[in-house]
Amino acid sequence: MSFIPGHPVTAVVQRIEIHKLRDGDNLILGFSIGGGIDQDPGQNPFSEDKTDKGIYVTRVSKGGPAEVAGLRMGDKIMQVNGWDMTMVTHDQARKKLTKKNEDVVRLLVTRKSLETVVRQSMMQH
Amino acid sequence: MDNESQYSGYSYKSSHSRSSRKHRERRDRHRSKSRDGSSRGDKSVTIQAPGEPLLDAESTRGDERDDNWGETTTVVTGTSEHSVSNEDLTRASKELEDSSPLECGRFVGPVLSGVLGVFALLTPLAFLLLPQLLWRDALEPCGTPCEGLYVSLAFKMLVLLISSWALFLRPPRATLPRFFVFRCLLMALVFLFVASYWLFYGVRVLEPRERDYRGIVGYAVSLVDALLFIQYLALVLLEVRHLRPAFSLKVVRSTDGASRFYSVGHLSIQRAAVWLLDHYYTDFPVYNPALLNLPKSVLSKKMSGFKVYSLGEENSTNNSTGQSRAMIAAAARRRDNSHNEYYYEEAEMERRVRKRKARLVVAVEEAFTHIKRLQEDEASSPKHPREVMDPREAAQAIFAPMARAMQKYLRTTRQQPYHSMESIITHLQFCITHNMTPKAFLERYLAPGPTVQYQREKASRGRQWTLVSEEPVTSALRQGQVFSLRRLDFSLVVTVTPLPFLTLGEEFIDPKSHRFVMRLQSETSV
Repeated sequence: MSFIPGHPVTAVVQRIEIHKLRDGDNLILGFSIGGGIDQDPGQNPFSEDKTDKGIYVTRVSKGGPAEVAGLRMGDKIMQVNGWDMTMVTHDQARKKLTKKNEDVVRLLVTRKSLETVVRQSMMQH
Repeated sequence: MDNESQYSGYSYKSSHSRSSRKHRERRDRHRSKSRDGSSRGDKSVTIQAPGEPLLDAESTRGDERDDNWGETTTVVTGTSEHSVSNEDLTRASKELEDSSPLECGRFVGPVLSGVLGVFALLTPLAFLLLPQLLWRDALEPCGTPCEGLYVSLAFKMLVLLISSWALFLRPPRATLPRFFVFRCLLMALVFLFVASYWLFYGVRVLEPRERDYRGIVGYAVSLVDALLFIQYLALVLLEVRHLRPAFSLKVVRSTDGASRFYSVGHLSIQRAAVWLLDHYYTDFPVYNPALLNLPKSVLSKKMSGFKVYSLGEENSTNNSTGQSRAMIAAAARRRDNSHNEYYYEEAEMERRVRKRKARLVVAVEEAFTHIKRLQEDEASSPKHPREVMDPREAAQAIFAPMARAMQKYLRTTRQQPYHSMESIITHLQFCITHNMTPKAFLERYLAPGPTVQYQREKASRGRQWTLVSEEPVTSALRQGQVFSLRRLDFSLVVTVTPLPFLTLGEEFIDPKSHRFVMRLQSETSV
């Protein structure tokens, strides 16, 4: 998850598919995001590297579609439906997530525990 | 070495270098232990500071070269080759300070320059008057132009007189070991000027009895002009040149490490020393020799070193070096705990001082509430006939309740030699007269003040300081010079560093360029 400028970012990701819930006229996903390249990365409590300007999940509402799908607080969203989320502004990220004509969003998220699990399983060999 | 081991602390101390022993011996003198005289008598201490032999030679050479200015600083080296007991030394030094005769040599220089100045000032008048007196009839009459020159002459002489009085007629405050280069230069210049003018005058005017009076007056005016210019030169050389700071002097007192930094201009070493001493008396806290010693309990732990006896006579030299090294190593290992004791002793001492101070403050506050100033209207009313006192009696009246607390406090902070009961009552009287609060009265005793506060009033003899330097004291200050000013029991070591050369750049900031934004940290729910 560390970011070296000029090099491609590699991470262990998990695919999460969230089905949006229809609430009247709105489609809600059930979580909140923070971060973005126009935001202050030092205030992010979930990132390991305080210069990381990616999009992070700051809150997951209980029982919502995101929690059901397996999204956890503190996850970093790498892709939404194929769109990159590592170098976007906050507003662009919001727009990509709340497209009115999409019922399902497929996210690629990464978190620290994924990496440790993979490394432990690799070390066992 | 063996017979010293039973004296606490000295066998440890004797392993130090010899040059620091001088300061320890000065300090030890205050302890007045007579038993040390015998054990130290056979140790002859010579201080190998590089400046010392130079100074002795300087002082004698100064005498024969410089009769006019007088050699008044005396060098007292505390320990000499012959064994002298402590009491003799202290007695000798006290006599030296108290009963030195009034230094007449101090005034020779200024008197000489005064005579020269008066002579120079009277010369133009003499130039004008001599032709009038000697050959008045033969002179050509000189009307308005001469009178104009008279007026200008009079005013210039008035300016010369006033500025001479302002600049030069000040009592000298210090006697320098060597003559003051610039002052001598200026006096020589004045003498040369006046002598050459007189020569010209004598040859060309007096002898042929010159008749052109206007020319003579013009000549006198030109002499006054020249004197004014010399005075301008004196002003620049003596006063102005050293005003702009160029060097930074670090002054460290050798006994307790009190240090200050000062900025001076281009001065010679002796002038810088005088300037420095002026500031020393007002800036440095007074030197209290009783405060230097480590508490006894700390020192007594250190003294018991190992006594090594060599039982065999052969290989004694080899053994001694090995043994001393082993001793030092063992002593180093054993000294590990003394810092602990020092810490606790210091904490205890501080607690004691604070306790005494609290008692003193309370006692003084209470004492001050006993008296109050008598108002004017109350004096006439016969309602409460109270006994009216003048400040001295009032001070004595309220001194009694606070005397004990004051004495205990002074003894704890080792200040009692500086404040006698008489001086405390005088200070109390002073404070009462000027409506001071108890806190203002106590400020003199709670913190050690600058040295000038403790001067005796009859110190007109002057303080004797010795300037120790590796270079001639009339040379200008330079980077990296070190000289020291020595008194009997301590010395000030001065290091010279030049002030750095400053390169100032400029940056213009548009006042409209100060703009700010808030840092974003938004959270959106989707």
